[in-house]
Amino acid sequence: MTNDFYRLYNGSAIQRCNIPSLDQDEFLQKVLDAVDSGWRVCSYFGVPAGRELELYALLAPKAGGQLGIASTKVSGGRLPSLTPFCPQLHLFEREIAEQYGVVFENHPWGKPVRFQKALRLVEESEASLPALPGVMDFYQVQGDEIHEVAVGPVHAGIIEPGHFRFQCYGEKVLHLEIALGYQHRGLEEMLIGGPHRVTLNQMETVAGDTTVGHTVAYAMVVEALAAVAVPARAHALRGVAMELERLANHTGDLGAISGDVGFLPTASFCGRIRGDFLNMTAELCGSRFSRGLIVPGGVGFDCTPLQADALRNRVAAARRDLSNATELMWHTPSALGRLEGTGRVSEQTALDLGLVGPAARACGVNRDVRRDHPFGIYSLTQIPVETLKTGDVFARAMVRWLEAEKSLDYLDEQLKQLPAGNVEVEVGTLACNHMAIALTEGWRGEVCHVALTDERGRFSRYKIVDPSFHNWSGLAMALRNEQISDFPLCNKSFNLSYCGFDL
Amino acid sequence: MIEAIVARIKQGHRTMRFPKEPVPLPERFRGYPVVKGSACPPDCRACVDACPTGAVTLEPALSVDMGKCLFCPSCSRACPHGAIEFSKDWRLAANRREDLVVTEGDERRLAQALEKKMLSLFGRSLKFRSVVAGSCNACDADTNVLSTIGWDLGRFGIQFVASPRHADGLWVTGPVTEHMREALLLTYEAIPAPKLVVANGACAINGGPFIGSPEAHDGVGDLLPVDLYIPGCPPHPVTILDGLLRLLDKVK
Repeated sequence: MTNDFYRLYNGSAIQRCNIPSLDQDEFLQKVLDAVDSGWRVCSYFGVPAGRELELYALLAPKAGGQLGIASTKVSGGRLPSLTPFCPQLHLFEREIAEQYGVVFENHPWGKPVRFQKALRLVEESEASLPALPGVMDFYQVQGDEIHEVAVGPVHAGIIEPGHFRFQCYGEKVLHLEIALGYQHRGLEEMLIGGPHRVTLNQMETVAGDTTVGHTVAYAMVVEALAAVAVPARAHALRGVAMELERLANHTGDLGAISGDVGFLPTASFCGRIRGDFLNMTAELCGSRFSRGLIVPGGVGFDCTPLQADALRNRVAAARRDLSNATELMWHTPSALGRLEGTGRVSEQTALDLGLVGPAARACGVNRDVRRDHPFGIYSLTQIPVETLKTGDVFARAMVRWLEAEKSLDYLDEQLKQLPAGNVEVEVGTLACNHMAIALTEGWRGEVCHVALTDERGRFSRYKIVDPSFHNWSGLAMALRNEQISDFPLCNKSFNLSYCGFDL
Repeated sequence: MIEAIVARIKQGHRTMRFPKEPVPLPERFRGYPVVKGSACPPDCRACVDACPTGAVTLEPALSVDMGKCLFCPSCSRACPHGAIEFSKDWRLAANRREDLVVTEGDERRLAQALEKKMLSLFGRSLKFRSVVAGSCNACDADTNVLSTIGWDLGRFGIQFVASPRHADGLWVTGPVTEHMREALLLTYEAIPAPKLVVANGACAINGGPFIGSPEAHDGVGDLLPVDLYIPGCPPHPVTILDGLLRLLDKVK
């Protein structure tokens, strides 16, 4: 039933003519069937083809390590929405509608995603000019004693902008609606015709805290299109960078979660230890945010044996500090009392919404790109995947700590035995009329990049899916029937990217 | 309780002594660019062609615009003559946009202290309201770092506050997306005069990697008067702190 999808591995490229182009109804049915049998939507996006629009669906089967892709042509600018049967598509469909003016009939939530100007409108489009960000009909709850709370776009603190609309009954949140788009920088539009000189720098800043996650995905796409093999030493160093990034962010989050329940010792210790991990990254490449480290063809900086040894010592010291700081929180019942049972997301909800990363693993959903679709160094050595069952703030915090432990082990192991050889190879021209895909496990979860090239080997479409794109809906669900005062805590336990979503 | 005390002893006292003592920076840190136009042979454009944002120019002489510079190593890597190299000097902030352009032989102009009256107002207590306007969040992460125990920004009387009404200045990161323009300007308006504006990071100064984006302005400079530019992508916390302390006449 799912044989109609072209099967390929993570980090590979195929000729565009090999992507099966199905009849519209058949395509929609196959996507639904695949999801029903446990496949997950990694990416679903439109590509202009002449005056029409092609839709591409990139799906991940439950097991086997392969991915499946298929496409269809949208006829008449309208097609039935799959969202009522497959909630994980709801944002993807809204995005395609916004970017191309396609109408998804019977979409239950047909609202703007990021209030962007259409990339290109299909011929029969009924779309009008984009609305101002946040200006739309919010879901409303009616009744006595129901009140509405609006927050943002500018929040207290140094945080990215977004608008949250709560429907409350007293302190209880009946519904939270999240409106984003304020950070929209026109990224996908700027990538068309690339790679340009500035493309790599833009990839580094898709989401500033996920520089490695996104640049490795971009590098994999370019390497697949140029058919070059990256040296083993570069793969190992990319793995080191990726785990350092995960550690820095997980540590920061553990501290922030602790701070939000008013447990300050762990908060202040972790704030500093996070800096230790950022400084280790800076030892590798001069930048605390891995700028300049990952380049197509390898890595921009080698690591001397002396540096590797020094890093191992710093990793060991950070492990002592981090264990000490977090154990303090795990041993404090008053802190745990605030985490346990707060902001629950059930496993079924996580599956329905297609959540990824620690947010999914905290609900018992066992998925991790490093194991399921291994890339680079992870093809050779694996990192155990940690899951919890409860889906609450506690689980999201604990999963981070368990993952941090595994990353620390991994760093120690990799730095001890870096493969010999060079760290960068020349990347030539990109294949024409090809498509390449890459998934990586950023610290927030699955990062998905898809590139399509034209007849000159330039990007005719480049689609990025940040893990936040899957997970923002999870935060909205976590707030249902919670106290509104728990919002900051729930928000912190997801810690999603606004710019990665807004692009 | 006893566990918390033991942990506190184990973690130790970690606030650094900057500015009395320098901050240890990594070997590969890229700070103030050292530009040697005299090393350039005629007709060589390797650095200009390698620069992703147009920060490097040859006319009238080889120069690096730190406002556009991402401190990526592209230019220094591309140059076979060593005409551009990045030093470990973290002091990058300046008051005027043109002071960010580095050319061989030019006098260096670091950020100057506020004028006397402003200094008497803000010298002991300076509060900022941050507006993130399209930043990738790296600038914001390294601004937040200043409030952790390692840096303890509060000891200089500087703080980030939640309301513009409580603020003395606006802290801008990001190229200013069209979608954030209005919110940014309204926040600025809500801050009581006299007020400062800080452009933190390459995006806020000149668009950064998103220079020329149809959805974003090339920084905050065209919309509001800027008092302090802090270059970098993102600026290192020590670069940010140094700029602030210069503004408040707390380092020479």
